[in-house]
Amino acid sequence: MIEARGLTKRYGKTLAVNDLSFDVAPGEVTGFLGPNGAGKSTTMRMILGLDNPTSGQVTIGGKRYAELKNPLRTVGALLDAKWVHPNRSARAHLAWMAKSNHLPARRVDDVLEIVGLTSVAGKRAGGFSLGMSQRLGIAAALLGDPEVLLFDEPVNGLDPEGILWIRKFMHRLADEGRTVFVSSHLLSEMALTASNLVVIGKGRLISQSSTTEFVARASENTVKVRSPQLDRLRSLLPAGDVTDTEDGILVSGVDSEKIGELAAGNGIVLHELSPQTGSLEQAFMQITGDSVEYHTGLETEAAHALEPAN
Amino acid sequence: MTLLAVERMKLFTTRSPWWCALIALGVTIGFSALIVGNADNTGEFIATVASTQFGYSFGMAVIMVLAALAVTTEYRFGTIRTTFQAVPNRSAVLVAKATVVALMALVIGELSAFGSWGLANLLKPTADLALNSSADWINVAGVGVVYALAAVIAVAVGILLRHSAGAIALLLIYALAVEDLIRLIPGIGDDIHEWLPFNVANKFLTGDGLSNMGRASDAGARTSTAVLSQGWSLAYFAAVAVALLAIAVGTARKRDA
Repeated sequence: MIEARGLTKRYGKTLAVNDLSFDVAPGEVTGFLGPNGAGKSTTMRMILGLDNPTSGQVTIGGKRYAELKNPLRTVGALLDAKWVHPNRSARAHLAWMAKSNHLPARRVDDVLEIVGLTSVAGKRAGGFSLGMSQRLGIAAALLGDPEVLLFDEPVNGLDPEGILWIRKFMHRLADEGRTVFVSSHLLSEMALTASNLVVIGKGRLISQSSTTEFVARASENTVKVRSPQLDRLRSLLPAGDVTDTEDGILVSGVDSEKIGELAAGNGIVLHELSPQTGSLEQAFMQITGDSVEYHTGLETEAAHALEPAN
Repeated sequence: MTLLAVERMKLFTTRSPWWCALIALGVTIGFSALIVGNADNTGEFIATVASTQFGYSFGMAVIMVLAALAVTTEYRFGTIRTTFQAVPNRSAVLVAKATVVALMALVIGELSAFGSWGLANLLKPTADLALNSSADWINVAGVGVVYALAAVIAVAVGILLRHSAGAIALLLIYALAVEDLIRLIPGIGDDIHEWLPFNVANKFLTGDGLSNMGRASDAGARTSTAVLSQGWSLAYFAAVAVALLAIAVGTARKRDA
């Protein structure tokens, strides 16, 4: 549905997006994942024809955005919830958008109803909370009943209720058969929302796969073992894959069944044998670790903090 | 037509155009009333048709603020991106915006010009303020046309600069001060001044001073130093406005929104 081919955007000396190619499949939620500054928003703007690619191109259903007739009927987008004139009412904001794409005026009230803003439709948008602005932005995206929806960091800064609402909303849109492309820097959020992931870092494609595949590939599985006869067990395991912890060892590269069988075969008592799945954020940091735009030094600390408790 | 309707909706659903329109009317009519009200009943400084339009340049300044804001607030609040997303044809959008703002300026210009003239008639019932020559008519009815073209210039500058403060400062300083300051350049100053757009626009309105009973200035409205005829002056001013808009639209098409 959305096809990016060799998409490149250069601002002066900075390569914001570097030879990026990916596909967004129709009828699914595809997550667009990357650390802050990875080029997600720039890519989204290029999809919508707001920024011109330095080279390469991106098409929606085979057409460049500028070639779409009444584009709001094909692509709805929420890039920034604050892109509203603060003194214009929510209804007036949607009314001019509807008019520009020859949509009936009653569609405005329909989408206000869908996002639950009917009661504040006449209020100036500048007085809206972030959550309300976000809903208005989604109403604008839905205005033309489009097949393709783009959302840039839709849950950023929202309270848990707002996050839950957006998450359910994405699922509903995909269930209706729409193509949803949603960016985020939080893998945990994407794991709950997206079935596919396009992962980028420093403007380059890191991977494109299903979410489960990405998570499985990313998180290195380890097994935690506690035993009063640790030394005997240790001598039976491949040396390089064992890490000492406070009260036991962490074994990587050998699954729990194998360790259990080894222990039983050698009469070793086990107090604990538990597979540890790495957290999603940890996996994400491992994969994008080399491609974070602004290193903080805190990053390694953060990585430690995210390690499973020993 | 759709785009004109869209831009009209955008313009009239915020408050600043209404305020600017009211201020433009108030300033123009107020200044003209002060000039005419304080003119002599007989003798040298009597009220004329030209002096009823004394305040037009102040109203024009407000119109240019309105017109520049119509674009720069779109950049300020990001709605220009929403607009280009809804209508990717940027030239069409921006030309429609310039047209709508120009039409509003035309209406405000006519209201303020005839309002000033009407008020002057009330203040000085004995003065000869009848519109009985084409020079008189152009001096009053032409104000709306000049406002409309000034609005196009302001929209163009707004598109180019994208920042409210910068665009407004540039427009006001240029229109109210720079053209006159250029006259002070020794030797060539006056020759350059003859071709500066707002001076030429003033020539279109005041011509050779017929609407001011042939006098150069004193009683209010100042005649222009431009050498073009009234008709060519209008064409020149319009050409400047259209050229600036074309440059602005060309820039906006290439630029990242």
